[in-house]
Amino acid sequence: MGQDNNMKLLLAALAFVILTPVVCGLLAGFDRILTAKMQGRYGPPLLQPFFDVLKLFEKENLMVNQFYHSFYLICYLIFMVASGILFFTGQDLLLVIFAFTLADIFLVLAAYSTNSPYSFIGAERELLLMMSAEPMLLIAAVGLFMATKSFKVGAIADVADFSTISHLPGVFIGLLFILTIKLRKSPFDLSTSHHAHQELIKGVTTEFAGPSLALVEIAHWYETAIMLGIIYLFFAANPVIAVSVIIAAYFIEILIDNTFARFKWELTLTSSWTVSLVFGGLNLIVLFIIEKVKI
Amino acid sequence: MAFIAFLILFPLLPAAMMLLVESPAVRKGIIIISAIAIAVISVDLAFSAPKDAPHYVNSAFHSLDNILLAGELILACTLLYLCRKLPFRKYWIPLMVVLQTGMVLWIELSGKLHDVKTQHVFFYDNLSLIMAVIIGVIGTLICVYAVGYMNQYHHHHHDIPDRQKLFFFTMFLFLSAMFGIVFADNLMWLYFFWEITTLCSFIMIGYSGTEEAVTNAFRALWMNLLGGLAFAIAIVYCVTVLKIIELDDLLNSGKSAAILLPVVLIAFAGLTKSAQFPFSAWLLGAMVAPTPVSALLHSSTMVKAGVYIIIKLAPAMLITIPGTMLTPGILIALIGAVSFLACSCLAISQSNAKRVLAYSTIANLGLIVLCAGVGSYLALWAAILLLIFHAVAKALLFLTVGTIEQQIGSRDIEDMHGLISKMPRITIIMLIGITGMFLAPFGMLISKWAALEALAVSDPFLPLAVIFGSSATLFFWGKWMGKLIAITNVKSDAESRICHEEWFVLSTLAGMTIAICALFPLVGSYFIEPLYGHDPILSKEHIIMVAILLGLVLLVPIAFFFNWKKLRNAEPYLCGAGIKDNYSQFTGSLGTKEWKLSNYYLEKYFGEARLFKLSVVISTILIIITFTIVCYGAR
Amino acid sequence: MSFITKSPWIVHYDGSSCNGCDIEVLACLTPMYDVERFGIINTGNPKHADIFLVTGYVNTQNVDVIKNIYRKMPDPKVVVAIGICASTGNFFRECYNALGGIDTIIPVDVYVPGCAARPEAIIDGVVKALGILDQKKNKTYIPPAKPEGIIK
Repeated sequence: MGQDNNMKLLLAALAFVILTPVVCGLLAGFDRILTAKMQGRYGPPLLQPFFDVLKLFEKENLMVNQFYHSFYLICYLIFMVASGILFFTGQDLLLVIFAFTLADIFLVLAAYSTNSPYSFIGAERELLLMMSAEPMLLIAAVGLFMATKSFKVGAIADVADFSTISHLPGVFIGLLFILTIKLRKSPFDLSTSHHAHQELIKGVTTEFAGPSLALVEIAHWYETAIMLGIIYLFFAANPVIAVSVIIAAYFIEILIDNTFARFKWELTLTSSWTVSLVFGGLNLIVLFIIEKVKI
Repeated sequence: MAFIAFLILFPLLPAAMMLLVESPAVRKGIIIISAIAIAVISVDLAFSAPKDAPHYVNSAFHSLDNILLAGELILACTLLYLCRKLPFRKYWIPLMVVLQTGMVLWIELSGKLHDVKTQHVFFYDNLSLIMAVIIGVIGTLICVYAVGYMNQYHHHHHDIPDRQKLFFFTMFLFLSAMFGIVFADNLMWLYFFWEITTLCSFIMIGYSGTEEAVTNAFRALWMNLLGGLAFAIAIVYCVTVLKIIELDDLLNSGKSAAILLPVVLIAFAGLTKSAQFPFSAWLLGAMVAPTPVSALLHSSTMVKAGVYIIIKLAPAMLITIPGTMLTPGILIALIGAVSFLACSCLAISQSNAKRVLAYSTIANLGLIVLCAGVGSYLALWAAILLLIFHAVAKALLFLTVGTIEQQIGSRDIEDMHGLISKMPRITIIMLIGITGMFLAPFGMLISKWAALEALAVSDPFLPLAVIFGSSATLFFWGKWMGKLIAITNVKSDAESRICHEEWFVLSTLAGMTIAICALFPLVGSYFIEPLYGHDPILSKEHIIMVAILLGLVLLVPIAFFFNWKKLRNAEPYLCGAGIKDNYSQFTGSLGTKEWKLSNYYLEKYFGEARLFKLSVVISTILIIITFTIVCYGAR
Repeated sequence: MSFITKSPWIVHYDGSSCNGCDIEVLACLTPMYDVERFGIINTGNPKHADIFLVTGYVNTQNVDVIKNIYRKMPDPKVVVAIGICASTGNFFRECYNALGGIDTIIPVDVYVPGCAARPEAIIDGVVKALGILDQKKNKTYIPPAKPEGIIK
């Protein structure tokens, strides 16, 4: 029995590692085409993100300050994949979020190590974005615990009815808010973005060339997979509905990306924490009171 | 029994010798030998003692009472002597000393103790053993570090009188007093040792003799004396009303609400000792003291005495206050939550490295108090894990900051930019300390994980405080790390000037930080499980996951030894204004200019001006509410 | 198989042009011409870019800047001089501050003449640059000989 379980976990991990770049790459391509259509253009081919990444691997890598900062980026990718494997093999959600943070710190360290002004600003803002988004993620984890009585992703995904989402509507809305931060979409693309924004050059990724940038892109795909996976957990009872919700959420994110200008950092921090407290925190408190009253 | 006597009494021997010995070399020898002895004995005690139940040491000696009496008098006179130069308007500080000592002497001399059971004077249980190892190992390591540090300190500061004899005397006296606190069962003895640590703290903070140091020393004194006063009142109440003088009697007296008032009073003493809001100002002011003092007293050991006593009282704080639905535990937990949240945010706006560490210390102590206040088995597990990991990591950080300060002449984080080029090995040690404080899979993160899981079971309010505070800590540690690892390729020989004692202690503590998080399951099952039962955090799956993450993280430094292929070097991109092969300058309009990178401090939101005062107000209100409700319940 | 032609990213620098050619370059990114169909993205960062689009001629102030940006681009890379100012310096080349077209300081692969160069011509030039990029990647590129008889 234990062997069987281990085989299943191993298969899940392998599937995650291999399938995510494919699926999320296609999702990214779909993102760009939709964005182009919203702007009245044709847009690139669907497989464009793959062309981008493969091209980047063909380019020359550069050092800054005689230091091989790509080393930090390799760690970023490895720990992001580790966090994803923890998630998709059904482990403790809090540990997943903490490993996720660890991965992000490596990206920040890579930017800091270059001692370059634009990278530095990007790194500071990336830390700010992490600080803005983390409360809501942890509140979501605590909320899922209160609704399903378990922190384990496996147990949460096994819930057979829609009690998760019916208990946690506020948390879900808050999570959609910070999804914008994690997917690096306007208005929260403070630290780096896919479009050229002059005041930052490229923020965190300014000094990364060729293969380094490819690693960042691939790690971003894994990050997207984990975030969409957390969204999935709320509707895990019915996979078809869950996937539809994910697609709808992603569509809304693209819409928001194209209609909002970038926020200043103060507004990002205050709005994220306010939304986390009001939507997430209040949801938890109301849930707590309801359960106390029932008993 | 013999071990306990040794640990409490032995440090007094080198302490006395410190006052007599003149030659620094002999002093160094005595310190190192004593340090090894204390460390070995405390670790031996921890491993050889049976861990199933608390063991008590019976007192057949009535002369012990006389020793206590004499000790109290000497302590009070010393404190009053030290207060002699205070201006008259600060009369209340000596007044507190007089009141406290008066109350305790009255109890001893008026014969009230005859009706009270005074059988167990000392004891040990698993929590005491853990604390003993922390004091014995980390405390002595800091003493060894201080040998090298103080030499350099006086070398750099010629204007400060060399009182190293007093300094080391106080250090060893302090170690003795700390062992006394964790092994004492009789409340009078506990109070006595408690006040000795207050005295030690006062002497050490005021060591440099400057006006700022003296002011801060007196601030620490009155805040700690306030706690001592509360302790004394608790003892009076216990003896006269409850006829109890021993801690185990207090905790095992059934679930009656009569013990709540002294429990809350002693918990209040714990709060002042561990610098929770509204009493945080003394710890921040104490940062003027030399670094070993900050490490020993104000992060690893003395402030841990405060949270130790709160953890010990945690089972008693679960008793509901009659007439209300509250427990004192929840109110104490709220004070801890306010400290954690406020100090995590306040640390963001500080650029003085020791102040950041001080705020982080208060925040983590607040988290321990929060867990202890909640009082469930899971929460107490988390509290003890936090205690252990924090003691090691914080000592490491303070000592490293001390070393760095001596080499670069500043304790401002802005001046630590690019330290990895100037002092690579010290920076790596510092990075181990910082990552040990907030990153998975290191100890503090594991403890925070345990705390969050423990708190989520009870209610959502406390987890919310932990969540927001924890996100704030990520910001200030992350930006400090960033400052340290910026590669500037400016070489320096600063590392060669660091003395051997400092290298030895820093590397040992860094190794311990890593080793402890690898060994935390063993610590858990060996020490904590017999006390509090099994914690699901220690389930096999969790351990495997943490082990995998830890393994991956430990592989990271190995990669530095690989020969990465030489790539083309390109300067940072500055829109073309950069200069070829120049990594710090660009062409401005009037010639070349240098760029300077500085952190965000977010003063507007997390600045001290607003946030500190607000937290003091909120926590004072909470304390007043706590006492009002408990007194109302006790009548 | 080289992916570099499928995803060419550009960095654009204005040497000292009247901005006419710059506006035409930016027009290529608009829905009217939409070069993103070819996977072209305007990154503002030479370290991310494959194609260096330069408008305007070289003067004493921007000599170092252009060399700086060119140096920071990782291989393989191409330079496209857009407009006649970037190609030869136009009628400004005899001014006291002018050093001539871009090819006086960095190797140019494609010249797109015009004043201002039209978006169709620019796109044509970029497509030619893609072919050269492919050859550079395969290390089969032979730069053409410099034209004779340039009037200084």
